[in-house]
Amino acid sequence: MANMSLHKVPMPTRPPEVRSGDFLEVTTGYTAEQAVEEAGRCLQCKNKPCTGGCPVQVDIPAFIAEVAKGDFAAAYAVISRTSSLPAVCGRVCPQETQCESRCVRGVKGEPVAIGRLERFVADWYNEQVQNTAAHPIHNGHRAAVIGSGPAGLACAGDLLRMGYDVTMFEALHLAGGVLVYGIPEFRLPKAIVQQEICRLQALGLHLETNAVIGRVMSIDELMEQQGFETVFIGTGAGLPRFMGIPGENLGGVYSANEFLTRVNLMKAYLPESATPIHCGKRVVVVGGGNVAMDAARCALRLGAEQVSVVYRRSAEELPARAEEVEHAIEEGVVFRFLSNPVEIVANGHRCVAGVRCVEMELGEADASGRRRPVVKANSDFLIDADTVIMAIGTSPNPLIKTTTEGLDTRSFGGIVTDETGATSRPGVFAGGDAVTGAATVILAMGAGKTAAAAMDKYMRQK
Amino acid sequence: MFEIIQKEILCSQVVRMIVKAPRIAAKAQAGQFVILRVSEDGERIPLTVADYDRANGTITIIFQTVGATTLALSRLEAGECLQDMVGPLGRATETENLKKIAVIGGGVGTAIAYPVAKKLHEQGAQVHCIVGFRNRDLVILQDEFAAVSDRLIALTDDGSFGEKGLVTDALRHLIEAGETYDEVIAIGPLPMMKYVSLLTKEYHIKTVVSMNPVMIDGTGMCGGCRLTVGGQTRFACVDGPEFDGHQVDFDEALERSRLYREQERHAYERACNLFGQEVR
Repeated sequence: MANMSLHKVPMPTRPPEVRSGDFLEVTTGYTAEQAVEEAGRCLQCKNKPCTGGCPVQVDIPAFIAEVAKGDFAAAYAVISRTSSLPAVCGRVCPQETQCESRCVRGVKGEPVAIGRLERFVADWYNEQVQNTAAHPIHNGHRAAVIGSGPAGLACAGDLLRMGYDVTMFEALHLAGGVLVYGIPEFRLPKAIVQQEICRLQALGLHLETNAVIGRVMSIDELMEQQGFETVFIGTGAGLPRFMGIPGENLGGVYSANEFLTRVNLMKAYLPESATPIHCGKRVVVVGGGNVAMDAARCALRLGAEQVSVVYRRSAEELPARAEEVEHAIEEGVVFRFLSNPVEIVANGHRCVAGVRCVEMELGEADASGRRRPVVKANSDFLIDADTVIMAIGTSPNPLIKTTTEGLDTRSFGGIVTDETGATSRPGVFAGGDAVTGAATVILAMGAGKTAAAAMDKYMRQK
Repeated sequence: MFEIIQKEILCSQVVRMIVKAPRIAAKAQAGQFVILRVSEDGERIPLTVADYDRANGTITIIFQTVGATTLALSRLEAGECLQDMVGPLGRATETENLKKIAVIGGGVGTAIAYPVAKKLHEQGAQVHCIVGFRNRDLVILQDEFAAVSDRLIALTDDGSFGEKGLVTDALRHLIEAGETYDEVIAIGPLPMMKYVSLLTKEYHIKTVVSMNPVMIDGTGMCGGCRLTVGGQTRFACVDGPEFDGHQVDFDEALERSRLYREQERHAYERACNLFGQEVR
């Protein structure tokens, strides 16, 4: 008989007043007992609606059945058949719009806590099991992966397991892409990312950091001179957008990318880090996605007394994961909905003094299906601030496009691919945010895996 | 990786290093830069490529010890390695079709101006170099400049070496004396580049400046290096580092460069204590 509780087993979470003062992980994860109890809520539907909601098609009822039996190793084996980064996805996937949104238990009550169970299984495995993966037998074919974020890691993982000789190029000094420069430690501990990368290195991955493809080598050189038969472009969407309003270049205005990179990659929150950060007492974050939540919560942890998130739509339209919004509110982040900045006001030293906003109201639905915000007349107001963080989105970096002849891109900069990830250049594949524009970790992983399969086919046929 | 092959103290605060970096050396061009880290917890700092040797797979960097990271870098010796180095980043200097150019260097900026002057000289252009320093103790690269200049004017603020005065005085003097230039290239402290640009605007001479703002990744990802150029926001790392001096908002760049002044000062003092060195 299934556990018929209408509610998920609550996630053990550190109290807001404690966690908002440090960068340790907010949620501490299920215990084995809690995991088994939650797994008991799964009805083991034969048609597996949840799996249909997963971009990498994890066999969710099968792994949960193993958790319910207490066979966590078997559960991990099920997940890892299709997912390369379960410890990451269990933490950062927007489950409420994917697997959990299709869960039958969610019709009446809360859905099964699929994300929490995935995280539990991955963490259990990482703690219990030494890496025993056998080095696959090389098939003698070489592939290059550009970018070491979720798309690149997933693509490289699959290619390595198929026996390919894979070299991964990363522009920064540390691999992991957005998982290390973007998502903060308190949401995704960097040790987990490092463990996943070490696992790929144990499979034979060659990792080259400090290598900006497009500058130090072009894709043509990789293929013609370096002997790579296929190339996967997983360079993400790293180019920050600004609003184009007056005052955006004042001192104290950051892109979320810069603010988060200083905090996460460069560890500006640690006293031993040499990288400075300027975080004032009153911080305004512009935007409503996960990146905005991350920036706002980092600012709190750096000692800001008042952190406001300014979002031009209402609470219902917030694109951030529900859990991140809840955690942000618990920690004291204030939301200014239906507000849009029109100017960043300077003090006498060309630094930020405040943000002038206008109130918005929701009009007709736009192309995205969301109601378009419209400015209310004479509704100006000022929020005092000494730091402003722009988290309004990112675009794909043009470096690869401008240095690779014959690589077709869309007007926003995304690389054109077919459904297998193949680009307009034979042997060159792409996936993740570099193709779609800013999206999620799991969609990027899915694209990386799809491309790996197509690259395998391409190299076999050659 | 990134072994220091040779180290030379050019003057009390300025160091030249030749570093093994074959991939970067194979691609580097005048005007481009690298980003390096000295240690695992170190910050990423951009430095312009002062020279490169494709055959030996090395690049040259020249830097002034102005903060904690450059101080730590200056303490490394030949045989030791840098933690990281990435590049070449940014766009190369455009020197095509230039026949007669004034190259202006200020302080350690002369180290960046030198490869540009050399490249112009090698392509047969007539090169007038004006280099300025605070005082004689800070003068560098005089022989190198002499070898590539058709005319070389050195100045110091206090007259302790060369002429007494500012590079703008010397440039105005040359222009007033009837010299005409296809272009002026000015590389040095922000105020120097600002005043050179104001001067050349009067005479309608195209002027290129090399911006060196605060930067993290160097690939267009953080936007920390953004500047206003001709009313548009541009990123120094990917759109530059060289820009039209008549279009750059120098006052904004100056304020942005001061954002971390206090934190940098503290870090520098800590580093000085660590290395048992006098705080300047």
